[in-house]
Amino acid sequence: MSDVVLSLAHLNKRFGALQATRDVSLDLRPGEIHALIGPNGAGKSTLIGQIAGSLRPDTGSIVLAGQEITSLSVAQRARLGLGRSFQISSLAEPLSVKRNVMIAVQALQGHSFRFWKPVHRDESLLAPAMAALERMALAHRADTAVAELSHGERRQVEVACALALKPRVLLLDEPMAGLGPEGSARLTELLEALKREVPILLIEHDMDAVFRLADRISVLVDGAVIAHGDSATIRANPQVREAYLGETTC
Amino acid sequence: MNKPDTPTLAPQPGLPTPAASWHDRKGLVQIGLLALLLLAPLAAHLLGHVYYVNLASRVTLVAMAAVGLNLAIGYGGMVSFGHAAYFGLGGYVAGISAYHAFDFTPVIAWPIAIPGSDSMLAIWLAALVLCGLLALVIGAISLRTTGVYFIMITLAFAQMMYYFANSWPTYGGEDGLPIYLRNSLPWVDTNDALTFFLICFAGLVLSLALTSRIMKSRFGAALTMARLNDTRLATAGIAPYPVRLVAFVISAMITGLAGALYADLNGFVSPTMLSWHMSGELMVIVILGGVGRLYGPLAGAILFVMMETLLGGLTEYWKLFLGLVLLFVVLFAKHGVMGWLAGRERHE
Ligand SMILES: Nc1ncnc2c1ncn2[C@@H]1O[C@H](COP(=O)(O)OP(=O)(O)O)[C@@H](O)[C@H]1O
Ligand SMILES: [Mg+2]
Repeated sequence: MSDVVLSLAHLNKRFGALQATRDVSLDLRPGEIHALIGPNGAGKSTLIGQIAGSLRPDTGSIVLAGQEITSLSVAQRARLGLGRSFQISSLAEPLSVKRNVMIAVQALQGHSFRFWKPVHRDESLLAPAMAALERMALAHRADTAVAELSHGERRQVEVACALALKPRVLLLDEPMAGLGPEGSARLTELLEALKREVPILLIEHDMDAVFRLADRISVLVDGAVIAHGDSATIRANPQVREAYLGETTC
Repeated sequence: MNKPDTPTLAPQPGLPTPAASWHDRKGLVQIGLLALLLLAPLAAHLLGHVYYVNLASRVTLVAMAAVGLNLAIGYGGMVSFGHAAYFGLGGYVAGISAYHAFDFTPVIAWPIAIPGSDSMLAIWLAALVLCGLLALVIGAISLRTTGVYFIMITLAFAQMMYYFANSWPTYGGEDGLPIYLRNSLPWVDTNDALTFFLICFAGLVLSLALTSRIMKSRFGAALTMARLNDTRLATAGIAPYPVRLVAFVISAMITGLAGALYADLNGFVSPTMLSWHMSGELMVIVILGGVGRLYGPLAGAILFVMMETLLGGLTEYWKLFLGLVLLFVVLFAKHGVMGWLAGRERHE
Protein backbone atom coordinates (compact mmCIF):
# COMPACT_ATOMS: atom_id res chain seq x y z
CA MET A 1 0.00 0.00 0.00
CA SER A 2 1.79 3.06 -1.19
CA ASP A 3 -0.67 5.52 0.33
CA VAL A 4 0.27 4.53 3.85
CA VAL A 5 3.46 5.80 5.49
CA LEU A 6 3.10 4.08 8.82
CA SER A 7 0.90 1.19 9.73
CA LEU A 8 0.36 -0.68 12.95
CA ALA A 9 -1.21 -4.12 12.82
CA HIS A 10 -2.69 -5.89 15.81
CA LEU A 11 -0.36 -4.49 18.45
CA ASN A 12 -0.66 -5.88 21.94
CA LYS A 13 1.32 -4.86 24.99
CA ARG A 14 0.99 -6.02 28.56
CA PHE A 15 2.55 -4.62 31.74
CA GLY A 16 2.01 -7.54 34.11
CA ALA A 17 -1.72 -7.81 34.60
CA LEU A 18 -2.41 -4.54 32.80
CA GLN A 19 -3.22 -4.75 29.11
CA ALA A 20 -1.93 -1.35 27.96
CA THR A 21 -2.42 -1.95 24.24
CA ARG A 22 -5.22 -4.18 22.92
CA ASP A 23 -5.14 -5.29 19.33
CA VAL A 24 -4.46 -1.81 18.00
CA SER A 25 -4.32 -1.36 14.25
CA LEU A 26 -4.07 2.05 12.67
CA ASP A 27 -2.24 3.85 9.94
CA LEU A 28 -0.93 7.21 8.87
CA ARG A 29 -1.19 8.55 5.33
CA PRO A 30 0.88 11.22 3.59
CA GLY A 31 -0.29 14.75 4.23
CA GLU A 32 -2.51 14.01 7.18
CA ILE A 33 -2.70 14.52 10.88
CA HIS A 34 -4.06 11.48 12.61
CA ALA A 35 -5.02 12.38 16.16
CA LEU A 36 -5.03 9.85 18.95
CA ILE A 37 -7.23 10.85 21.84
CA GLY A 38 -8.35 9.14 24.99
CA PRO A 39 -8.44 9.58 28.75
CA ASN A 40 -5.31 9.50 30.90
CA GLY A 41 -3.97 6.00 31.23
CA ALA A 42 -5.63 4.87 28.00
CA GLY A 43 -2.28 3.74 26.62
CA LYS A 44 -1.52 6.52 24.17
CA SER A 45 2.07 7.12 25.26
CA THR A 46 2.62 3.37 25.46
CA LEU A 47 1.56 3.11 21.85
CA ILE A 48 3.93 5.89 20.79
CA GLY A 49 6.68 4.09 22.71
CA GLN A 50 6.08 0.94 20.70
CA ILE A 51 6.15 2.83 17.42
CA ALA A 52 9.34 4.67 18.34
CA GLY A 53 11.00 1.51 19.64
CA SER A 54 11.50 2.31 23.32
CA LEU A 55 8.87 -0.35 24.11
CA ARG A 56 8.51 -3.69 22.37
CA PRO A 57 5.00 -4.89 21.56
CA ASP A 58 4.20 -8.42 22.71
CA THR A 59 2.60 -9.19 19.37
CA GLY A 60 1.79 -7.31 16.21
CA SER A 61 3.82 -5.49 13.61
CA ILE A 62 4.83 -1.97 12.68
CA VAL A 63 5.63 -1.01 9.11
CA LEU A 64 7.27 2.28 8.15
CA ALA A 65 7.31 3.19 4.45
CA GLY A 66 7.02 -0.43 3.44
CA GLN A 67 9.69 -1.65 5.84
CA GLU A 68 8.98 -3.83 8.83
CA ILE A 69 10.53 -2.05 11.83
CA THR A 70 9.05 -4.02 14.73
CA SER A 71 12.38 -5.40 15.88
CA LEU A 72 14.58 -2.37 15.20
CA SER A 73 16.16 -0.20 17.90
CA VAL A 74 15.12 3.35 18.70
CA ALA A 75 18.15 4.75 16.88
CA GLN A 76 17.58 2.60 13.79
CA ARG A 77 13.96 3.70 13.59
CA ALA A 78 14.96 7.32 13.97
CA ARG A 79 17.39 6.92 11.11
CA LEU A 80 14.58 5.51 8.97
CA GLY A 81 12.62 8.68 9.58
CA LEU A 82 10.66 8.43 12.82
CA GLY A 83 10.72 11.75 14.62
CA ARG A 84 9.33 11.82 18.12
CA SER A 85 8.54 14.22 20.91
CA PHE A 86 7.98 12.94 24.42
CA GLN A 87 5.11 13.68 26.77
CA ILE A 88 7.67 14.39 29.48
CA SER A 89 10.37 16.19 27.60
CA SER A 90 13.65 14.39 27.33
CA LEU A 91 16.49 16.76 26.56
CA ALA A 92 20.00 17.39 27.84
CA GLU A 93 19.22 20.06 30.42
CA PRO A 94 22.68 21.57 31.00
CA LEU A 95 23.21 22.07 27.26
CA SER A 96 21.93 24.97 25.22
CA VAL A 97 18.83 24.64 23.10
CA LYS A 98 21.03 24.90 20.03
CA ARG A 99 23.22 21.99 21.10
CA ASN A 100 20.21 19.78 21.69
CA VAL A 101 18.97 20.38 18.16
CA MET A 102 22.44 20.13 16.62
CA ILE A 103 22.79 16.54 17.77
CA ALA A 104 19.76 15.70 15.64
CA VAL A 105 21.32 17.42 12.62
CA GLN A 106 24.53 15.53 13.28
CA ALA A 107 22.58 12.27 13.42
CA LEU A 108 20.89 13.09 10.13
CA GLN A 109 24.25 13.69 8.48
CA GLY A 110 25.44 10.37 9.85
CA HIS A 111 28.92 11.47 10.88
CA SER A 112 29.25 10.96 14.60
CA PHE A 113 32.61 9.22 14.59
CA ARG A 114 34.51 12.36 13.64
CA PHE A 115 37.01 13.23 16.29
CA TRP A 116 38.78 16.31 15.10
CA LYS A 117 36.71 19.19 13.74
CA PRO A 118 35.07 21.31 16.46
CA VAL A 119 31.29 21.50 16.26
CA HIS A 120 30.81 24.92 17.80
CA ARG A 121 31.49 26.75 14.57
CA ASP A 122 30.32 24.04 12.20
CA GLU A 123 27.85 25.83 9.96
CA SER A 124 26.63 22.58 8.44
CA LEU A 125 25.31 21.66 11.89
CA LEU A 126 24.37 25.11 13.10
CA ALA A 127 22.39 26.37 10.13
CA PRO A 128 19.86 23.50 9.93
CA ALA A 129 19.50 23.55 13.73
CA MET A 130 18.72 27.26 13.68
CA ALA A 131 16.27 26.75 10.82
CA ALA A 132 14.40 24.13 12.85
CA LEU A 133 14.35 26.46 15.86
CA GLU A 134 13.12 29.34 13.75
CA ARG A 135 10.21 27.23 12.61
CA MET A 136 9.26 26.73 16.23
CA ALA A 137 9.74 30.46 16.88
CA LEU A 138 12.50 29.59 19.31
CA ALA A 139 15.55 31.00 17.59
CA HIS A 140 15.89 33.69 20.24
CA ARG A 141 16.39 30.95 22.86
CA ALA A 142 19.11 29.12 20.93
CA ASP A 143 21.87 29.88 23.43
CA THR A 144 19.79 29.37 26.56
CA ALA A 145 20.32 26.24 28.62
CA VAL A 146 17.34 23.89 28.40
CA ALA A 147 17.21 23.87 32.20
CA GLU A 148 16.12 27.52 32.09
CA LEU A 149 13.21 26.95 29.72
CA SER A 150 9.54 26.66 30.62
CA HIS A 151 7.78 23.34 30.14
CA GLY A 152 6.09 24.61 27.03
CA GLU A 153 9.35 25.76 25.50
CA ARG A 154 10.93 22.39 26.18
CA ARG A 155 8.17 20.72 24.24
CA GLN A 156 8.86 23.03 21.36
CA VAL A 157 12.56 22.25 21.48
CA GLU A 158 11.66 18.58 21.21
CA VAL A 159 9.55 19.23 18.17
CA ALA A 160 12.45 21.24 16.70
CA CYS A 161 14.77 18.27 17.35
CA ALA A 162 12.31 15.99 15.60
CA LEU A 163 12.01 18.41 12.67
CA ALA A 164 15.78 18.64 12.34
CA LEU A 165 15.78 14.91 11.58
CA LYS A 166 13.77 15.62 8.42
CA PRO A 167 11.48 12.80 9.45
CA ARG A 168 9.07 10.81 7.31
CA VAL A 169 6.68 10.59 10.21
CA LEU A 170 6.23 12.72 13.31
CA LEU A 171 4.98 11.25 16.56
CA LEU A 172 3.99 14.06 18.91
CA ASP A 173 2.88 13.21 22.44
CA GLU A 174 0.85 16.13 23.82
CA PRO A 175 2.98 18.89 22.28
CA MET A 176 0.58 21.65 23.39
CA ALA A 177 0.61 20.81 27.08
CA GLY A 178 1.98 23.72 29.09
CA LEU A 179 2.05 26.11 26.14
CA GLY A 180 -0.72 28.54 27.10
CA PRO A 181 -3.37 29.73 24.65
CA GLU A 182 -1.02 31.88 22.60
CA GLY A 183 1.58 29.17 22.22
CA SER A 184 -1.04 26.55 21.42
CA ALA A 185 -2.50 28.71 18.69
CA ARG A 186 0.92 29.22 17.18
CA LEU A 187 1.79 25.54 17.33
CA THR A 188 -1.59 24.64 15.83
CA GLU A 189 -0.81 26.89 12.90
CA LEU A 190 2.61 25.41 12.53
CA LEU A 191 1.38 21.82 12.57
CA GLU A 192 -1.25 22.66 10.01
CA ALA A 193 1.44 23.93 7.68
CA LEU A 194 3.76 21.08 8.54
CA LYS A 195 1.43 18.20 7.79
CA ARG A 196 1.83 18.71 4.06
CA GLU A 197 5.50 17.81 4.45
CA VAL A 198 5.31 15.23 7.20
CA PRO A 199 2.31 13.22 8.29
CA ILE A 200 1.78 13.50 12.03
CA LEU A 201 0.44 11.10 14.59
CA LEU A 202 -0.72 13.53 17.23
CA ILE A 203 -1.68 12.85 20.81
CA GLU A 204 -3.40 15.89 22.23
CA HIS A 205 -5.75 16.83 25.01
CA ASP A 206 -6.60 20.25 23.62
CA MET A 207 -9.79 19.28 21.80
CA ASP A 208 -10.07 22.57 19.93
CA ALA A 209 -6.69 21.94 18.41
CA VAL A 210 -7.55 18.32 17.67
CA PHE A 211 -10.80 19.12 15.90
CA ARG A 212 -9.15 21.86 13.95
CA LEU A 213 -6.08 19.90 12.90
CA ALA A 214 -6.98 16.26 12.62
CA ASP A 215 -8.00 14.69 9.36
CA ARG A 216 -8.78 11.50 11.22
CA ILE A 217 -9.18 10.71 14.88
CA SER A 218 -8.80 7.44 16.72
CA VAL A 219 -10.14 7.13 20.24
CA LEU A 220 -8.24 4.91 22.62
CA VAL A 221 -9.83 3.66 25.82
CA ASP A 222 -8.28 0.99 28.03
CA GLY A 223 -5.72 0.22 25.37
CA ALA A 224 -8.23 -0.42 22.58
CA VAL A 225 -9.36 1.75 19.69
CA ILE A 226 -13.08 2.22 20.37
CA ALA A 227 -13.84 4.65 17.58
CA HIS A 228 -12.23 5.93 14.43
CA GLY A 229 -13.23 8.52 11.84
CA ASP A 230 -13.17 12.19 10.92
CA SER A 231 -13.95 14.99 13.37
CA ALA A 232 -17.68 14.97 12.71
CA THR A 233 -17.99 11.22 13.16
CA ILE A 234 -16.04 11.30 16.42
CA ARG A 235 -17.99 14.26 17.78
CA ALA A 236 -21.23 12.43 17.07
CA ASN A 237 -20.18 9.03 18.45
CA PRO A 238 -22.16 8.40 21.66
CA GLN A 239 -19.59 5.94 23.00
CA VAL A 240 -16.88 8.57 22.60
CA ARG A 241 -18.96 11.28 24.23
CA GLU A 242 -19.49 9.06 27.21
CA ALA A 243 -16.02 7.61 27.50
CA TYR A 244 -14.02 10.70 26.83
CA LEU A 245 -15.45 13.94 25.63
CA GLY A 246 -17.98 14.09 28.43
CA GLU A 247 -15.15 14.27 30.95
CA THR A 248 -12.95 16.87 29.38
CA THR A 249 -15.15 19.36 27.54
CA CYS A 250 -17.63 21.57 29.25
CA MET B 1 5.92 35.73 27.26
CA ASN B 2 9.02 35.75 25.16
CA LYS B 3 8.22 36.79 21.68
CA PRO B 4 10.47 35.94 18.78
CA ASP B 5 10.64 39.58 17.72
CA THR B 6 12.79 40.70 20.63
CA PRO B 7 16.30 40.07 19.36
CA THR B 8 17.79 42.42 21.97
CA LEU B 9 17.36 39.63 24.50
CA ALA B 10 19.87 37.52 22.65
CA PRO B 11 23.42 37.68 24.02
CA GLN B 12 25.61 40.13 22.16
CA PRO B 13 28.61 38.39 20.68
CA GLY B 14 31.95 40.00 21.26
CA LEU B 15 31.05 41.89 24.41
CA PRO B 16 32.83 40.91 27.60
CA THR B 17 30.35 38.79 29.51
CA PRO B 18 30.78 37.12 32.88
CA ALA B 19 31.30 33.89 30.97
CA ALA B 20 34.27 35.40 29.18
CA SER B 21 36.05 36.47 32.34
CA TRP B 22 35.30 33.08 33.84
CA HIS B 23 36.91 31.56 30.78
CA ASP B 24 40.04 33.61 31.36
CA ARG B 25 40.22 32.43 34.93
CA LYS B 26 39.97 28.83 33.86
CA GLY B 27 42.69 29.39 31.26
CA LEU B 28 44.95 30.97 33.87
CA VAL B 29 44.45 28.09 36.27
CA GLN B 30 45.22 25.58 33.53
CA ILE B 31 48.39 27.38 32.47
CA GLY B 32 49.33 27.80 36.13
CA LEU B 33 49.02 24.09 36.81
CA LEU B 34 51.09 23.15 33.78
CA ALA B 35 53.70 25.79 34.64
CA LEU B 36 53.92 24.49 38.22
CA LEU B 37 54.36 20.95 36.96
CA LEU B 38 57.05 22.02 34.51
CA LEU B 39 58.97 24.49 36.66
CA ALA B 40 59.14 22.47 39.89
CA PRO B 41 61.29 19.66 38.41
CA LEU B 42 63.38 22.19 36.47
CA ALA B 43 64.17 23.92 39.75
CA ALA B 44 64.79 20.58 41.45
CA HIS B 45 67.12 19.62 38.62
CA LEU B 46 69.10 22.85 38.95
CA LEU B 47 69.38 22.29 42.68
CA GLY B 48 70.43 18.70 42.07
CA HIS B 49 67.45 16.97 43.71
CA VAL B 50 66.82 14.06 41.34
CA TYR B 51 64.27 12.67 43.79
CA TYR B 52 61.95 15.58 43.16
CA VAL B 53 62.37 15.35 39.41
CA ASN B 54 61.22 11.75 39.61
CA LEU B 55 58.39 12.76 41.91
CA ALA B 56 57.22 15.21 39.26
CA SER B 57 57.36 12.41 36.71
CA ARG B 58 55.19 10.34 39.01
CA VAL B 59 52.65 13.17 39.34
CA THR B 60 52.66 13.58 35.57
CA LEU B 61 52.05 9.90 34.88
CA VAL B 62 49.27 9.35 37.40
CA ALA B 63 47.72 12.56 36.05
CA MET B 64 47.92 11.18 32.54
CA ALA B 65 46.40 7.87 33.62
CA ALA B 66 43.63 9.82 35.31
CA VAL B 67 43.11 11.92 32.17
CA GLY B 68 42.28 8.64 30.47
CA LEU B 69 39.94 7.60 33.26
CA ASN B 70 38.31 11.04 33.26
CA LEU B 71 37.34 10.54 29.63
CA ALA B 72 35.37 7.48 30.69
CA ILE B 73 33.98 8.72 34.01
CA GLY B 74 33.74 12.46 33.56
CA TYR B 75 32.92 12.85 29.90
CA GLY B 76 31.32 9.50 29.18
CA GLY B 77 29.55 8.85 32.48
CA MET B 78 31.08 5.35 32.58
CA VAL B 79 32.27 4.81 36.15
CA SER B 80 35.06 2.33 35.55
CA PHE B 81 36.50 0.82 38.71
CA GLY B 82 38.95 -1.22 36.67
CA HIS B 83 41.27 1.14 34.90
CA ALA B 84 44.22 -0.45 36.70
CA ALA B 85 43.79 -3.22 34.13
CA TYR B 86 45.03 -0.87 31.38
CA PHE B 87 47.56 0.93 33.58
CA GLY B 88 49.01 -2.42 34.57
CA LEU B 89 48.86 -3.93 31.11
CA GLY B 90 50.77 -0.92 29.78
CA GLY B 91 53.30 -1.47 32.56
CA TYR B 92 53.67 -5.17 31.78
CA VAL B 93 54.11 -4.44 28.07
CA ALA B 94 57.10 -2.27 28.97
CA GLY B 95 58.41 -4.82 31.48
CA ILE B 96 57.96 -7.93 29.37
CA SER B 97 59.33 -6.33 26.23
CA ALA B 98 62.41 -5.11 28.11
CA TYR B 99 62.85 -8.51 29.77
CA HIS B 100 62.98 -10.32 26.42
CA ALA B 101 65.15 -7.66 24.83
CA PHE B 102 67.60 -8.14 27.71
CA ASP B 103 67.48 -11.93 27.26
CA PHE B 104 67.42 -11.99 23.46
CA THR B 105 64.43 -14.31 23.65
CA PRO B 106 61.20 -13.82 21.73
CA VAL B 107 58.07 -12.60 23.54
CA ILE B 108 56.07 -15.05 21.46
CA ALA B 109 57.67 -17.77 19.34
CA TRP B 110 54.57 -19.06 17.64
CA PRO B 111 52.67 -18.56 15.27
CA ILE B 112 54.94 -15.64 14.50
CA ALA B 113 58.07 -14.75 16.37
CA ILE B 114 57.79 -11.43 18.15
CA PRO B 115 61.10 -10.32 19.61
CA GLY B 116 61.42 -8.22 22.74
CA SER B 117 62.35 -4.60 22.29
CA ASP B 118 63.81 -1.90 24.46
CA SER B 119 62.51 0.80 22.15
CA MET B 120 59.96 2.99 23.89
CA LEU B 121 58.29 3.75 20.57
CA ALA B 122 57.65 0.07 19.92
CA ILE B 123 56.53 -0.42 23.52
CA TRP B 124 54.13 2.52 23.41
CA LEU B 125 52.62 1.28 20.18
CA ALA B 126 52.19 -2.21 21.61
CA ALA B 127 50.72 -0.81 24.84
CA LEU B 128 48.24 1.33 22.90
CA VAL B 129 47.15 -1.56 20.69
CA LEU B 130 46.88 -4.13 23.48
CA CYS B 131 45.10 -1.80 25.92
CA GLY B 132 42.73 -0.79 23.14
CA LEU B 133 41.93 -4.41 22.37
CA LEU B 134 41.50 -5.32 26.03
CA ALA B 135 39.17 -2.36 26.54
CA LEU B 136 37.23 -3.33 23.45
CA VAL B 137 36.51 -6.74 24.96
CA ILE B 138 35.92 -5.53 28.52
CA GLY B 139 33.91 -2.53 27.35
CA ALA B 140 31.79 -4.52 24.92
CA ILE B 141 30.65 -6.73 27.78
CA SER B 142 30.57 -4.18 30.62
CA LEU B 143 28.68 -1.52 28.67
CA ARG B 144 25.71 -3.84 28.43
CA THR B 145 25.19 -2.96 32.10
CA THR B 146 24.88 0.39 33.86
CA GLY B 147 25.27 1.88 37.33
CA VAL B 148 26.59 -0.31 40.10
CA TYR B 149 26.73 -3.35 37.81
CA PHE B 150 29.07 -1.52 35.49
CA ILE B 151 31.31 -0.57 38.41
CA MET B 152 31.40 -4.14 39.65
CA ILE B 153 31.99 -5.79 36.31
CA THR B 154 34.88 -3.48 35.38
CA LEU B 155 36.35 -4.19 38.81
CA ALA B 156 35.93 -7.92 38.24
CA PHE B 157 37.79 -7.84 34.93
CA ALA B 158 40.66 -5.88 36.47
CA GLN B 159 40.84 -8.34 39.36
CA MET B 160 41.08 -11.20 36.87
CA MET B 161 44.10 -9.50 35.34
CA TYR B 162 45.54 -8.96 38.81
CA TYR B 163 45.27 -12.60 39.85
CA PHE B 164 46.53 -13.75 36.50
CA ALA B 165 49.68 -11.60 36.81
CA ASN B 166 50.10 -12.78 40.41
CA SER B 167 50.06 -16.42 39.44
CA TRP B 168 52.16 -16.29 36.28
CA PRO B 169 55.69 -17.13 37.40
CA THR B 170 57.40 -16.41 34.05
CA TYR B 171 57.18 -12.69 34.70
CA GLY B 172 57.82 -12.69 38.40
CA GLY B 173 54.35 -13.50 39.68
CA GLU B 174 53.59 -11.55 42.78
CA ASP B 175 57.19 -10.33 43.07
CA GLY B 176 56.91 -8.40 39.85
CA LEU B 177 59.35 -7.86 37.06
CA PRO B 178 62.33 -5.50 37.16
CA ILE B 179 63.33 -3.40 34.16
CA TYR B 180 67.12 -3.39 34.53
CA LEU B 181 67.77 -0.80 31.87
CA ARG B 182 65.26 1.91 31.17
CA ASN B 183 63.84 1.50 27.68
CA SER B 184 65.25 3.82 25.09
CA LEU B 185 64.31 6.45 22.56
CA PRO B 186 66.33 7.59 19.57
CA TRP B 187 68.52 10.67 20.14
CA VAL B 188 67.71 11.24 23.78
CA ASP B 189 69.00 9.78 27.03
CA THR B 190 65.95 8.38 28.79
CA ASN B 191 68.07 7.62 31.86
CA ASP B 192 68.39 11.30 32.56
CA ALA B 193 65.67 12.12 35.08
CA LEU B 194 64.81 15.49 33.59
CA THR B 195 64.71 14.14 30.04
CA PHE B 196 62.43 11.36 31.17
CA PHE B 197 60.22 13.87 32.96
CA LEU B 198 59.93 15.91 29.76
CA ILE B 199 58.85 12.79 27.88
CA CYS B 200 56.15 12.18 30.48
CA PHE B 201 55.15 15.83 30.39
CA ALA B 202 54.78 15.67 26.61
CA GLY B 203 52.59 12.59 27.04
CA LEU B 204 50.37 14.40 29.53
CA VAL B 205 50.04 17.52 27.40
CA LEU B 206 49.23 15.43 24.35
CA SER B 207 46.55 13.46 26.17
CA LEU B 208 45.04 16.69 27.50
CA ALA B 209 45.04 18.22 24.01
CA LEU B 210 43.56 15.06 22.54
CA THR B 211 40.79 14.90 25.14
CA SER B 212 39.97 18.56 24.65
CA ARG B 213 39.88 18.21 20.89
CA ILE B 214 37.79 15.05 20.97
CA MET B 215 35.25 16.57 23.32
CA LYS B 216 34.75 19.52 21.00
CA SER B 217 34.19 17.28 17.98
CA ARG B 218 31.05 15.58 16.72
CA PHE B 219 32.08 12.48 18.58
CA GLY B 220 32.41 14.53 21.76
CA ALA B 221 28.95 16.00 21.21
CA ALA B 222 27.52 12.50 20.87
CA LEU B 223 29.41 11.28 23.94
CA THR B 224 28.19 14.23 25.99
CA MET B 225 24.64 13.49 24.94
CA ALA B 226 25.12 9.80 25.77
CA ARG B 227 26.11 10.86 29.28
CA LEU B 228 23.45 13.52 29.81
CA ASN B 229 20.51 11.82 28.14
CA ASP B 230 20.99 8.69 26.09
CA THR B 231 17.29 8.59 25.22
CA ARG B 232 17.72 11.89 23.40
CA LEU B 233 20.74 10.54 21.55
CA ALA B 234 18.90 7.39 20.44
CA THR B 235 15.81 9.41 19.52
CA ALA B 236 18.01 11.47 17.24
CA GLY B 237 19.18 8.26 15.57
CA ILE B 238 22.60 7.75 17.15
CA ALA B 239 22.99 4.50 19.06
CA PRO B 240 24.69 5.31 22.40
CA TYR B 241 26.46 1.97 22.81
CA PRO B 242 29.11 2.26 20.07
CA VAL B 243 29.79 5.88 21.05
CA ARG B 244 30.45 4.83 24.63
CA LEU B 245 32.51 1.84 23.58
CA VAL B 246 34.84 3.91 21.41
CA ALA B 247 35.28 6.47 24.20
CA PHE B 248 36.02 3.64 26.64
CA VAL B 249 38.70 2.27 24.32
CA ILE B 250 40.37 5.67 23.85
CA SER B 251 40.24 6.19 27.61
CA ALA B 252 41.96 2.86 28.23
CA MET B 253 44.64 3.57 25.65
CA ILE B 254 45.60 6.83 27.35
CA THR B 255 45.74 5.13 30.75
CA GLY B 256 47.72 2.23 29.25
CA LEU B 257 50.32 4.52 27.72
CA ALA B 258 50.76 6.22 31.08
CA GLY B 259 51.23 2.74 32.59
CA ALA B 260 54.00 1.87 30.15
CA LEU B 261 55.86 5.04 31.12
CA TYR B 262 55.18 4.45 34.80
CA ALA B 263 56.91 1.06 34.68
CA ASP B 264 59.90 2.71 33.05
CA LEU B 265 59.92 5.42 35.69
CA ASN B 266 60.04 2.88 38.49
CA GLY B 267 62.20 0.37 36.62
CA PHE B 268 59.75 -2.18 37.88
CA VAL B 269 56.30 -3.55 37.20
CA SER B 270 54.30 -5.71 39.55
CA PRO B 271 50.69 -6.83 40.05
CA THR B 272 50.25 -3.77 42.30
CA MET B 273 49.81 -1.74 39.13
CA LEU B 274 46.82 -3.97 38.33
CA SER B 275 45.28 -3.97 41.78
CA TRP B 276 41.97 -2.42 42.74
CA HIS B 277 43.90 0.02 44.93
CA MET B 278 45.37 1.45 41.77
CA SER B 279 41.92 1.74 40.14
CA GLY B 280 40.68 3.41 43.30
CA GLU B 281 43.63 5.80 43.41
CA LEU B 282 42.95 6.94 39.85
CA MET B 283 39.30 7.39 40.68
CA VAL B 284 40.15 9.41 43.80
CA ILE B 285 42.42 11.64 41.70
CA VAL B 286 39.64 12.26 39.19
CA ILE B 287 37.15 13.08 41.96
CA LEU B 288 39.60 15.30 43.87
CA GLY B 289 40.44 17.27 40.76
CA GLY B 290 36.87 17.58 39.54
CA VAL B 291 34.95 15.00 37.53
CA GLY B 292 34.67 15.90 33.86
CA ARG B 293 37.06 18.84 34.13
CA LEU B 294 39.85 18.74 31.57
CA TYR B 295 42.59 19.69 34.06
CA GLY B 296 40.91 17.97 36.99
CA PRO B 297 43.18 14.91 36.80
CA LEU B 298 46.28 17.12 36.92
CA ALA B 299 45.02 19.13 39.88
CA GLY B 300 43.94 15.90 41.57
CA ALA B 301 47.27 14.19 40.92
CA ILE B 302 49.28 17.12 42.31
CA LEU B 303 47.15 17.15 45.45
CA PHE B 304 47.22 13.37 45.82
CA VAL B 305 50.96 12.92 45.41
CA MET B 306 51.67 15.93 47.62
CA MET B 307 49.52 14.48 50.39
CA GLU B 308 51.08 11.08 49.92
CA THR B 309 54.59 12.54 50.09
CA LEU B 310 54.11 15.12 52.86
CA LEU B 311 51.66 13.31 55.12
CA GLY B 312 53.00 9.87 54.18
CA GLY B 313 56.36 11.01 55.54
CA LEU B 314 54.76 11.96 58.87
CA THR B 315 52.38 9.11 59.46
CA GLU B 316 51.57 5.82 57.87
CA TYR B 317 47.91 6.64 58.40
CA TRP B 318 48.03 9.38 55.76
CA LYS B 319 45.21 7.73 53.86
CA LEU B 320 42.96 8.64 56.75
CA PHE B 321 43.59 12.29 55.93
CA LEU B 322 43.14 11.56 52.25
CA GLY B 323 39.79 10.06 53.15
CA LEU B 324 38.82 13.19 55.05
CA VAL B 325 39.79 15.43 52.14
CA LEU B 326 37.87 13.19 49.78
CA LEU B 327 34.85 13.30 52.04
CA PHE B 328 35.07 17.07 52.11
CA VAL B 329 35.23 17.27 48.31
CA VAL B 330 32.33 14.88 47.83
CA LEU B 331 30.16 16.65 50.41
CA PHE B 332 31.05 20.31 49.98
CA ALA B 333 33.06 20.85 46.80
CA LYS B 334 31.48 18.57 44.25
CA HIS B 335 33.37 20.15 41.41
CA GLY B 336 36.71 19.33 42.96
CA VAL B 337 39.85 21.41 43.02
CA MET B 338 39.17 22.71 39.51
CA GLY B 339 35.67 23.78 40.52
CA TRP B 340 37.17 25.62 43.45
CA LEU B 341 40.04 27.23 41.52
CA ALA B 342 38.40 27.93 38.19
CA GLY B 343 34.67 28.12 38.87
CA ARG B 344 31.95 25.79 37.71
CA GLU B 345 32.08 24.29 34.29
CA ARG B 346 29.55 25.74 31.89
CA HIS B 347 28.19 24.11 28.86
CA GLU B 348 27.75 25.96 25.67
N1 LIG C 1 6.61 0.95 31.94
C1 LIG C 1 5.39 0.70 32.48
N2 LIG C 1 5.23 -0.30 33.36
C2 LIG C 1 4.03 -0.58 33.89
N3 LIG C 1 2.92 0.08 33.58
C3 LIG C 1 2.99 1.08 32.70
C4 LIG C 1 4.24 1.46 32.10
N4 LIG C 1 4.03 2.49 31.25
C5 LIG C 1 2.72 2.77 31.33
N5 LIG C 1 2.09 1.92 32.19
C6 LIG C 1 0.66 1.90 32.46
O1 LIG C 1 0.01 1.71 31.23
C7 LIG C 1 -1.17 2.49 31.17
C8 LIG C 1 -1.14 3.39 29.99
O2 LIG C 1 -0.21 4.44 30.21
P1 LIG C 1 0.11 5.56 29.14
O3 LIG C 1 0.41 4.91 27.85
O4 LIG C 1 1.13 6.45 29.72
O5 LIG C 1 -1.29 6.31 29.07
P2 LIG C 1 -1.66 7.69 28.37
O6 LIG C 1 -0.46 8.19 27.64
O7 LIG C 1 -2.79 7.36 27.47
O8 LIG C 1 -2.09 8.62 29.47
C9 LIG C 1 -1.27 3.24 32.49
O9 LIG C 1 -2.12 2.51 33.35
C10 LIG C 1 0.15 3.21 33.00
O10 LIG C 1 0.16 3.23 34.41
MG1 LIG D 1 0.59 9.87 27.88
